[in-house]
Amino acid sequence: MSTHRIYLFKRFERFWHWSQAALVITMLVTGFEIHGYLGGFDFKVAMLIHGYAAWLLVTLWTFAIFWHFTTGEWKQYIPTFQKIFLVARHYAWGIFRGEPHPYHATPLHKHNPLQRLAYLWLKLMINPLIWASGLLLLIFSYDWIRLLPFGLTLTEVAWVHTAAAYMMLLFFIAHVYLATTGQTPLTYIKAMITGWETVEEAPQAASSSSPAKA
Amino acid sequence: MAFDRHHSRHSLLGLVMHAHQRWASLVAVLLVTSAPAFCAEPPVAPPDSQASLPAQYTTSSYVPNEVDRAVGQKTPQDHSKFKQLQGPFTTPEQVTQACLSCHTQAAKQMMSTIHWTWKAWNPETKQMVGKSQIYNTFCVSPVSNEQFCTVCHVGYGSTDPEKFIPFDQRTEDHVDCLVCHDQTKTYRKIPFIGGNPALEKIAVRPGCNEVYGTDKPYVMPEDLAHIAQHVQAPTRYTCGACHFYGGGGDGVKHGDLDSSLTNPGHELDVHMDAKGLNFPCQKCHEASDHRISGEHYAFDAAPKASAFMRGSQHNGNAATCQSCHGQTPHHGGSLTSKTVASTLNMHTREIACETCHIPEFARGGKPTKMNWNYATAGKLAPNGSPLVIEDEHGFNTYWGVKGSFQWAENVVPEYRWFNGTERWMHVGDKIQPDKNGVVGVNDISGSPTDGKSKIWPFKISRNNQPYDTQTGTLAVFHSFGFDQDSFTMSYDWKKAIAAGMKAANLPFSGQYGFVKTQMYWPIAHMVAPKTKALGCAQCHADNGRLQGIDGVYMPGRAKDHQPLIERIGLLAAALALVGVLLHALIRIVLSRRRRSSL
Repeated sequence: MSTHRIYLFKRFERFWHWSQAALVITMLVTGFEIHGYLGGFDFKVAMLIHGYAAWLLVTLWTFAIFWHFTTGEWKQYIPTFQKIFLVARHYAWGIFRGEPHPYHATPLHKHNPLQRLAYLWLKLMINPLIWASGLLLLIFSYDWIRLLPFGLTLTEVAWVHTAAAYMMLLFFIAHVYLATTGQTPLTYIKAMITGWETVEEAPQAASSSSPAKA
Repeated sequence: MAFDRHHSRHSLLGLVMHAHQRWASLVAVLLVTSAPAFCAEPPVAPPDSQASLPAQYTTSSYVPNEVDRAVGQKTPQDHSKFKQLQGPFTTPEQVTQACLSCHTQAAKQMMSTIHWTWKAWNPETKQMVGKSQIYNTFCVSPVSNEQFCTVCHVGYGSTDPEKFIPFDQRTEDHVDCLVCHDQTKTYRKIPFIGGNPALEKIAVRPGCNEVYGTDKPYVMPEDLAHIAQHVQAPTRYTCGACHFYGGGGDGVKHGDLDSSLTNPGHELDVHMDAKGLNFPCQKCHEASDHRISGEHYAFDAAPKASAFMRGSQHNGNAATCQSCHGQTPHHGGSLTSKTVASTLNMHTREIACETCHIPEFARGGKPTKMNWNYATAGKLAPNGSPLVIEDEHGFNTYWGVKGSFQWAENVVPEYRWFNGTERWMHVGDKIQPDKNGVVGVNDISGSPTDGKSKIWPFKISRNNQPYDTQTGTLAVFHSFGFDQDSFTMSYDWKKAIAAGMKAANLPFSGQYGFVKTQMYWPIAHMVAPKTKALGCAQCHADNGRLQGIDGVYMPGRAKDHQPLIERIGLLAAALALVGVLLHALIRIVLSRRRRSSL
């Protein structure tokens, strides 16, 4: 079987991915520190870092959203149920037997159906919840009586923020693990760094299996 | 984040200008007022920042630079030169008459204030309040004990220990000018002689040295003429002579006011710091026409006015932090300290300045009385005198005439939402114990949503004090006196309560019991240096200082979490972690097996 390389992740995409990863990790750690669960560093420091990271992430997301729409990359997240059971079966069964991934990525369709759903959930549910509740907390938390006219209380907004943070944590755990499920544990991670993924020539297709980064 | 010292000096000190400004204005005054004889003027010493007026400046060439300000710390007049004050004075009333011969309105002004009347109107609760109208949890009520309590009343004119003449029946010369204006630190009002100073040698009642202000067994007569010639604006010492000793001793009552504030260091109070700003009480409790601002009965819990210059027209309450520091007092230089400062400035919407900046009260080395139990009073020592038990620091934890006490130093306040309104139990009111059986003599109101409340620090003083078990009236009792009805003489509650209730025109069934009481004292003094202010984690933590504060979400406090979100979130995260680890394990094992079978 021959191998060839495909260019899956453009330069901005990779920058966006890794800086977002760093910021999300930072915000998870400082956030759960502020929440009262982690010891180790000062509340004030955690609060400051969380605040700075929040604004950086807002900036990054603004650029990322712009990029998605101007490049048409947003279409990568249109959900599809085609082959979804095959993909699910692969993670539950085939992966253990060393079977090849049933989904073959192309630069125009680089996410498998499960990835699409997971990322759509991230982008349409988790991120907006974190954004909206986080911005409300950043701007109104000391003036929370003014939230009441919106029908919101500070407590409710904080709970939503917490719930979204747990969803993000869940996503983070699954995402990091699934990143190791390529040909070798580092296949996908290398691809996310260089943009190029080396894939084995699939017998029936021009492009080859470049599956779930989840 | 820090109080901007430069800025606050400007507004705090108001008329006290910076040295170079003072120089410039002084020169200007000199040029204008003495232009023809300018060269003949003697050199004028540069006034220092404390605006001292040295005693040797008695020549007419001295140009007082503060003549248009209200009478300040130092007066431009030398009272010792006044003919009216040469004496001799045989009664303190004669001194007052001499004062009034120039300060013609002073007594009228005094007699209209709470310092004289012991009464105040609370418009919020539509109550007449004031010392003589309400209960407290220390000596309970001055009613029937006035001859002792007048040791702190600014009046004379009721010298017969058996007979108290109400204040509103007294004349202008009964106003005691000296107790506030004495600068010799020798003037002392003596109990049981109607608030007069000693005019002859008087023996101190055993155990009462603190009240007589001496450690000797007697007090000597006052030199009234000398004191009258040495008067000035009130000082921390003169205000403190009464306010530091409320409740019967140094630091007993307030917790944030005791004699350590006479000459405090920077750590104890940044504003009163004797070597620093050295504020007298009236720098904050700004006074005009003998009316002193900032009394407990008219509490401004959430001042809305912005900072104003002292002496300027304003509608603010001078005795608030905000009157000098404004609503956003924290400043920062770098981006980070600016962020912290703006965060703290937003905290000021809900949190009183005092909450963070007075981390503990009773910090000056004097303990304050937290608990008092009248029910144990009356025990005598073998020699027949009232039993005294002292703790290892020499503070009495039991005294036969008063009961048992608990003292505390460096006390962490208790915190409550407070909008400034207190509903006081009026003398004669019936007890209404709360669910814990405790009667609040001044229940405070406040809520996180009323827009008028902030989180305030309090000393909560507690007692176990007598009440009429039949009528439910909290007892007024006759504690102090030479007569056989007073508790200090008879150790008989029934007699003491009967006498007190009679003096208060209240019925007494003859049956009494004891009920737990508590009283809120808002803490506002002993402002610590900014480095000693509370940090985030002292409240943003489980079981932090604000654990008992409800109605607001505080990050870091588990009681604000939504338990279902926490449970599901943590469980899901744990399951995911276990799931991926198992998945990885199976992958590794099976791929090894495949490899070895190849």
